[in-house]
This record gives sequence, structure tokens and C-alpha cells, in this order.
Amino acid sequence: MKKKLLGAILSAAMVMSLLAGCGSTAAETAAPAAEAVEEAADTAADAAADTAATVEEAAEKVEEAAADTGAAAGGNIKVGFAQVGHESDWRTASTKSCQDVFSAENGYDLSFVDCDNDEAAQKEAVRSFIEQGVDYIIIDPIIATGWDTVLTECEDAGIPVIVIDRTIDDSDKYVSWVGSDFLTEGKAAGEWLKAYAEKQGIKEINALIIQGTIGSSAQIGRTDGFNEIAKREGWTVLDQQTGDFTEAGGQEVMESFCKSYAGKFNVVVCENDNEAFGAMTAMDNAGVKYGPGNDVILISYDACTAGLEDVKAGKITADFECNPLAAPTVEGVIKTLEAGKTPENQILVPDNWYALKDQIVDFAVEGNAQKMIEVTDDVIAAQY
Amino acid sequence: MSSINSKSFWRRIKSWPLLLPVVALLLVMAVNIIHDAATGANPLSFFLVSLKDTTTNGTILYGRIIDIINRGSEVAILAIGMTLVVSASAGTDISVGSVMSLCASFMCMMLAGYGVSSTTTLAVPLVIGLLAAVVMGLVCGAFNGTLVAHLSIQPMVATLILYSAARAIGLLLCNDLIVYVRNPSFAFFGAFAGPIPTPIIITVICIVIVSLVLKKTALGMYIQSVGINAKASRIAGLNSKLLIFLAYTLCGLFAAIAGIVASSRITSADSNNIGLYLEMDAILSVALGGNSLGGGKFNLAGSIIGAYTIQAITTTLYALGVSSIQAPVFKAIIVILIVVIEAPPFKAFVNRMSAAKAAKGVKA
Repeated sequence: MKKKLLGAILSAAMVMSLLAGCGSTAAETAAPAAEAVEEAADTAADAAADTAATVEEAAEKVEEAAADTGAAAGGNIKVGFAQVGHESDWRTASTKSCQDVFSAENGYDLSFVDCDNDEAAQKEAVRSFIEQGVDYIIIDPIIATGWDTVLTECEDAGIPVIVIDRTIDDSDKYVSWVGSDFLTEGKAAGEWLKAYAEKQGIKEINALIIQGTIGSSAQIGRTDGFNEIAKREGWTVLDQQTGDFTEAGGQEVMESFCKSYAGKFNVVVCENDNEAFGAMTAMDNAGVKYGPGNDVILISYDACTAGLEDVKAGKITADFECNPLAAPTVEGVIKTLEAGKTPENQILVPDNWYALKDQIVDFAVEGNAQKMIEVTDDVIAAQY
Repeated sequence: MSSINSKSFWRRIKSWPLLLPVVALLLVMAVNIIHDAATGANPLSFFLVSLKDTTTNGTILYGRIIDIINRGSEVAILAIGMTLVVSASAGTDISVGSVMSLCASFMCMMLAGYGVSSTTTLAVPLVIGLLAAVVMGLVCGAFNGTLVAHLSIQPMVATLILYSAARAIGLLLCNDLIVYVRNPSFAFFGAFAGPIPTPIIITVICIVIVSLVLKKTALGMYIQSVGINAKASRIAGLNSKLLIFLAYTLCGLFAAIAGIVASSRITSADSNNIGLYLEMDAILSVALGGNSLGGGKFNLAGSIIGAYTIQAITTTLYALGVSSIQAPVFKAIIVILIVVIEAPPFKAFVNRMSAAKAAKGVKA
């Protein structure tokens, strides 16, 4: 009997901690507000149906009514953000930027959902935002396809959707996309390598690429951009394998590369900093020397703080940023919408390219001259 | 005389329970010999092990075989616990991957201090961090064990709770961050002890201890008899519930050890990715090892070989340079082939064919 009781208590405790983990306070507080919005929307819809001739107009009125009551209920603009997960430092910076910008002090109520890289969970999160009656939905889509149904639901509910970072390919039912151009990042890495190799007198380039999660727009853009330059310049890309944007993945892939192509490669491209951390461990264990002044040029993307520290330490030769601080730009889009204007469909967040002084060379991407930033302690401290 | 000896030798080999798992593992590795020979490289280059001087870890063992045994450690450790669970309860523990992640997160949170995302110094002694992971693993295992043994909940449903919750709890403990513990003493468990990768040593210790306990005590037999018929075992005087509870608790413990290894390899707690999908690999190792997922008799060595077979497939696909997009398809095809070879009807078919051949020989 005692044992059974103990068992019951144990399981109860675990279930409680589970509930504590899942229950978000935002959802609880948002529920009554959402009801108020719904009621208001209903009455607005009735009123609109009488006067308005078309369904479309009615929908617009509902949207306005919802926005008005939303603003009236708490005075704050309610924003739902369905984030990919927190697989890397870059992601953490992106999340933090959103939480800082859409804070209560700035006049926002942010419902934040970490979707743990689960695409089904992300669509559920968006649907829960619709139920909560938020004013704006921000999505960083885990994958680029399968969005039309959910976005149609958002459109029907009259909630404008802003897509950040990754892209949506199979639907145009969102207001704006705010993010970095991954293709340009890939091309920039390629053009830099060309200029740097010329400066160093390196004639032959044999590259290995550790790709990101296959199918993500960051992977596609960075791989295609770099390979485009590689093809034009006649470089050899020995192999490309995915490390899933993780340190463990980068480690395992590089470990294998070091054996398959021992002594044959002089460039390693990692499609994010975490993969580069793993690749460095693997190269250490294989006795391969990398970084400025050594046989192997190590190129990385993202340029998070830890990545820049490794650039400073002379391990990563050049790091190509993908600016995660999209939130201020997103706030601009929301302000434009609040003012009743139409924002641009595609807004780029400016990226920077980082290296140490000796690795900084002049290069151009599609005719546009690029400026590189020298990594110093101040630059690292200022980085997210 | 010699022909009789060789015949009995073959008979013994044929009845060896590990024959098929070993054959499967060798077949996977043989692919590399063919590939290396075809590309003009040394046909045995896949199997060569050499010593390599490194600046960071001194002289270490280096080679693809070492990679397989090293990278396969986590699944091999998980497979030990999974084998016991499958045998005792005729069910699987699908929470081990998430529990791995939770234990790693809890440990790194202890080592770094709550809310700290990157550190090179330890906030508490390393031992306390390791103990924290082990205790967390035992608690999760005990939770699963209680649900299955005492509340008679279907194993898959019972472990589904922690499958989805454990990773999330780990996230909360780490304040939604990847916690980096870039400390050499912590990195040891994923790096090298002398020339040998530490994960290999940890795995060997786990396997030796468990096999000794199973051999020297009646625990193995008890677990098997509970798996074959829990009711009959109870009537015969065995505490079936306690044995099932014990199997799940041990499974949690091994998940914790696997979590320590995985997190030490990358000197961080990446709660989103540590142990991701590893529960499936652990279950597959048990099946590839020739064990029935219906419980009862088990063969621990088979499960371990199964675990290394899975890693051998992954490493082979890297070595062959199969593109990441196609790799899962090849992996699936190989697994299907192995499972078919090991299926009882296929075995029976092969036996019938060889019997028919023998009969023909007699007639002639």
C-alpha cells in the first residue's frame, strides 16, 4: 500500500511539473481578452453584414474591430511569435531581440512559442494565436512549404502575418518578409574566398561543405550562393554533407571528412557557427591545422559572439553574419500597418562580414563593393 | 576426420544466436571494402587503425573503426537499458532520447549555474553535476517504472509522457539557452583517456558490469521469466512488479550515462538536439540483435552488436559520400534487408532450401 501511495505521489509530481512546463501564463491572461475580441468581432460582423455589400468588406471591418478592441482591452498591441526553436546561439539572439522589442514597456503583449523544430507544433502555435485573437502574428517558418491552409485561416481571422528569417514558398498570404538574404551570404563567402586566395597566392581551392538542415532556406541559399562562385571559378567541391546546424553534427561530419579527404582539402565551409565549433574539435583530433596562416581556411556563417571570439582567436578565418536582430525592422512593419499604410513585401536586414585585419580583402558581390569589419574586443562585446 | 570436425563446427556456428547480427554487421562493413577496392584505394583502408599526434589530446587512436565504436557509444549504452525493458515488460521505453537531453541539461545547469549560458569555470564540483544527471535519470526511470509496473499502463503510453515532457523540462532548466560548459575536466567524458576515446571506455564498463550482474546473479533469468509470463512468475514467487520497475529504472540510469557522454562531446547542453531520435535507434538495435520485441528471452550481446551496426551504416554512408538528401533512403534499405534476413520465415526458407539441396546430393 505504502509503495502504491509513493508511486501515485511520484507520478502526480511528475505530471504537475509537466503542466507547469506547458502552461504559459500568457495564454491564461490572454484568454479573457480574446473572448472580448471575439464578441466584438461578432457584433461588428453583424453590423457589417447589414451595411456592407460584399463578404470581403465585412472581413475587413471585422479586422478593424478586432484591432480596435484589442488596443482598447489592454492598450497594448498583442503579438504572437512562433519561433523555430533554440538550436543555436543565433536563434537565441533572434528570440531575445523579439522579447526586448515587443516588451510591455514598449506597449506590446508578446505571446512567444518555442516550437522545438517541430513543424506541426508551429502550425498549432499559429492556430492558438488566432484563438487568442492577437493583432499580429510573426512566424519564423521551420520549413518553407505547407503553409497555405494556416495562412488562409489567419487571413480569414483578419490577422496580418509577418514572416521573418526563413521563407515561405507556397503561399503569399503574408504582409511582409523580413530577413537576411542567404544567397547573398553564400556569394559573399565565395567572393571573399576568391579575393583572399588571390592575395595569398593560393591557386587551387578544394572545399568541403558542412551544410545546414537540408531544405531550410539558410542551407539552400548558402550552399547555392557559394557553389555558384565555386563553379564560376572552377574550384573543386570535394563533398557536402549536412551537420543539421548542430555542434554534434559538425563534429561527426568533419571527423569523416578528415579521413575521406585527408590532406586533399584546403577550405572548410560550415553553414553556421555551431557546426564550425564541432568541425574544429574534429580537426584538432585529426591533427589538421586551420585558421589564418594555416593550411585550411575555415569559413563560417552567423557570426554570433562565440563565433567572433573564435575569429579573434585565429581559428575561424572569416565569419559571414546573418543578422538575427530582425525585431526592430518587424516593429517598423507593424507601425506602418498601424498607420494604415502598406509595408514593402520584402525587407532585408543588413548583414556584416567579419575577419581579422590580415584577412580583410576588398571584394564585390554582383558589382556591389563590400566592406568587412575587423574583429576587435569592442566588436565582440557589441555583438548579440 | 577433419571433414567431420568442420561439419560440427558449421553446425555450432549455425545454431549460434549471434550469427545473423554479426553477419549483418560484417556485410555493412564489407560494402566499404568493395568501395575502396573499386576506387583504387587500399581495400582495407576502412579498417586501418593508426596512431595520430594531435596538439589538443596527445597521441590518439585514429580510424573509421574507432569512429564507429566511439560514435556508437550512446546508442550502445541506451541499448543495454532498452534490452532489459523489452525483455521484462514486452514494451519499449520511448522516452530515453528525451531523458538523455533532460539529464544533460540538468547537469550543465548545475555545472554552469542557472541562467548562465557560457562558462569555462565550474559552479559546483564536477562530481555533483554527474550525480545530478544520474539522479535525474533514476527519477525518470522510476517514474516510468511506476506507471508501467504499478499502474499497469501500456509501456508506450507511459513513456510517451516523458518522451514529450522531458525535453521541455530540460529547456526550462536551461532557461531556453544552449548552455556551454567549456571546461577541460568536463570535456574528458567525450574526449580521450590516453589514446582511447573515453565514450568507448564508459561503454565497456557499462557492458561488463551489466553482463557480470546478469551472469553472476539470477537477475537476468528473473527478468526473462517475468517477460515470458508475469503471472506465472509471480505465482512462482518472483516479485514481477519490482523486476519491471527495476528494468525501467536501470533504463533511466543508462539514458543518464548516455546523456553525460553526448553532452560532454560538445561540452554543452543542446537540449533541442541531444538524443534526438535515439530512442528509435535503441529500439532498432534491440531488434537487429535478434531479440523479440514481444519480451522474454534476450541477448544483450546481440543488442550491442545491433547498436554498432546502426553506427556502421551511418559511418559507411559518410565514407561513401552519399549525399545527405539520399542517406536516409539508403539507411532504410539496409535496415529492411537486415530485418528480412533475420525474420523467422526467411530463416525457415533458407533451411528448407539447404535441406532440399542436401537431399538432392544424397540422391545423386
